Amino acid sequence: MSAPSVLNCCDLNFRVRDVELLSDICLEVHQGETLGIVGPNGSGKSTLLKLLAGLRTPTAGEVRLAGRRLDELSRRSIAQHLAVVEQQADTDDSIKVFDAVALGRIPWLSALSPWSDADDAMVRQALHDVDATHLQARRWCNLSGGERQRVHIARALAQRPRILLLDEPTNHLDIQHQLSILQVVQALPVTTLIALHDLNQALTCDRLAVLERGRLVALGKPLEVLTPQRLRDTFGVQGHYLTDPFDGARILRLRSDTKGPGRIVQTDGRNILKEPAC
Amino acid sequence: MMTTLVRTLLACATLLITVILGVSIGETAIEPSVVFQALANKLWAAGHVLDPIDEGIVWNYRLPRALVAAACGAGLATCGVILQSLLRNPLADPYLLGISAGASTGAVLVALLGVGAGMVSLSAGAFLGAVTAFALVMVLARASGPPSGTGQIILAGIAGSQLFNALTAFLITKSASSEQARGIMFWLLGNLSGVRWPAVWLTVPVAVAGLAVCLWHRRALDAFTFGVDSAAALGVPVRQVQCVLIGCAALVTAVMVSIVGSIGFVGLVIPHAARLLLGTGHARLLPASALGGAVFLIAADVLSRTLIKGQVIPVGVITALVGAPVFAMILIGRRNAR
Repeated sequence: MSAPSVLNCCDLNFRVRDVELLSDICLEVHQGETLGIVGPNGSGKSTLLKLLAGLRTPTAGEVRLAGRRLDELSRRSIAQHLAVVEQQADTDDSIKVFDAVALGRIPWLSALSPWSDADDAMVRQALHDVDATHLQARRWCNLSGGERQRVHIARALAQRPRILLLDEPTNHLDIQHQLSILQVVQALPVTTLIALHDLNQALTCDRLAVLERGRLVALGKPLEVLTPQRLRDTFGVQGHYLTDPFDGARILRLRSDTKGPGRIVQTDGRNILKEPAC
Repeated sequence: MMTTLVRTLLACATLLITVILGVSIGETAIEPSVVFQALANKLWAAGHVLDPIDEGIVWNYRLPRALVAAACGAGLATCGVILQSLLRNPLADPYLLGISAGASTGAVLVALLGVGAGMVSLSAGAFLGAVTAFALVMVLARASGPPSGTGQIILAGIAGSQLFNALTAFLITKSASSEQARGIMFWLLGNLSGVRWPAVWLTVPVAVAGLAVCLWHRRALDAFTFGVDSAAALGVPVRQVQCVLIGCAALVTAVMVSIVGSIGFVGLVIPHAARLLLGTGHARLLPASALGGAVFLIAADVLSRTLIKGQVIPVGVITALVGAPVFAMILIGRRNAR
């Protein structure tokens, strides 16, 4: 890869009390790429994103943003480079959607540069990008889970980051918005790190990092990484590739490792697919 | 759209009118025009001829009282806003979190043991008590459950309040004469009777400074809407902001408690009402809450002086009598808004 590294970490360790949540993670994120992070439940995907965003301090190792150690940078300058969409961020406040997205401008506002029309335009653009313009006058408490998720993503987009960290952004979304959000995110001129559960969605990333019990066990192009062997070892499923006659794309077909075909299979405890008996 | 300037002027006018009304209403009713003339006499020696008794009541008793009430109301409401926003808990309030109780214990300790003398050392004792109580409550909340659990902090606050109220009662029983004890118990319920100009010089600057510090951090407070991690991701130095603002809340509460005792519900009711009216943005919520708190406490003080003829009810009793039902209504209203 010739593109420069915008975010990297080296020998990253994180433990809470005696539990080792992440160990010896080395990762370089290249400018402009979409790097997917996959792994079973509890493999450390969210924790890794939190460490890379500087929201947790690693027990050992360091994270560098554009070559500078994260702990040497102020929170504000980190936030000007990097936006995070968390998995569960909720509020009791009956905040309006527009105001919730406008929070994304906070890293750029100060006494000398107060709210301006440009900020207003960026918020509107972000709302438009996630197809949430019609929601802008609604209150947070009246939104569905999927609508809230889109507002969170809009807030991150309004932050105008160079790097976007997304923790399972398609979690609560219906299929139409899952696909459109991924498309929006991948079309953005930013570097994206995205934790994903759906392995077929993960195939659309430029590269994939596979986590297993807090260790980085594979890193590379999706088709090279998600081999049948890897799917069996890390995810505990049988998988093979089909070719979509529509556009020639490779699709993963997954089935449970322990049970025979024709049963309900799970890729990860969440995406339940009904497999036809063959 | 009203400009910020117009809004500020309106707020100042409202506050001024409330103060004038607070001064003129009382057992001896004094015309607002007399109030103006008395103020003019004192401020720039206007030379109006007035009854010296009326003038004395206005200048020496009612005006400092109204100003301290305004400062306390504004300060406590501001504390309520920042505690609710930082702790992500709609029930957070200096009174419910045990900060007031700790401040009372600290102030009583100073008053009875006579460590130093005068207003400032009383406030210093109250501040130490407030910080100790809050630290204890936070440790208890942290130890008893996940840091995000909203119920934990309130339960810990109840435990803390009980502990510090018991300590206060113990100190009073052990060390105070019956005369002192009655005075202190009356003061603890919230009492504006004894305040004179020195109290104004302490409470008004503290309330204004507290509001200014919070307004300076208004965007950081907005950023806490979706929690601590979200605030950090939006570039807020979380630890630093928490320390500054919670320290500020403890200081403001402590000063107010040391002057007027613990007055509950102002920090709870006023911010909720302001949120319902103006939304969640702190740039408007903070000044509106401060104004609301000031007006509310002046009105409560007027009621406390006039409700029973010839007697003054502790103002904390009035705020609780008004505040508790209003808070219940707000809770129900919030549920319906969902």
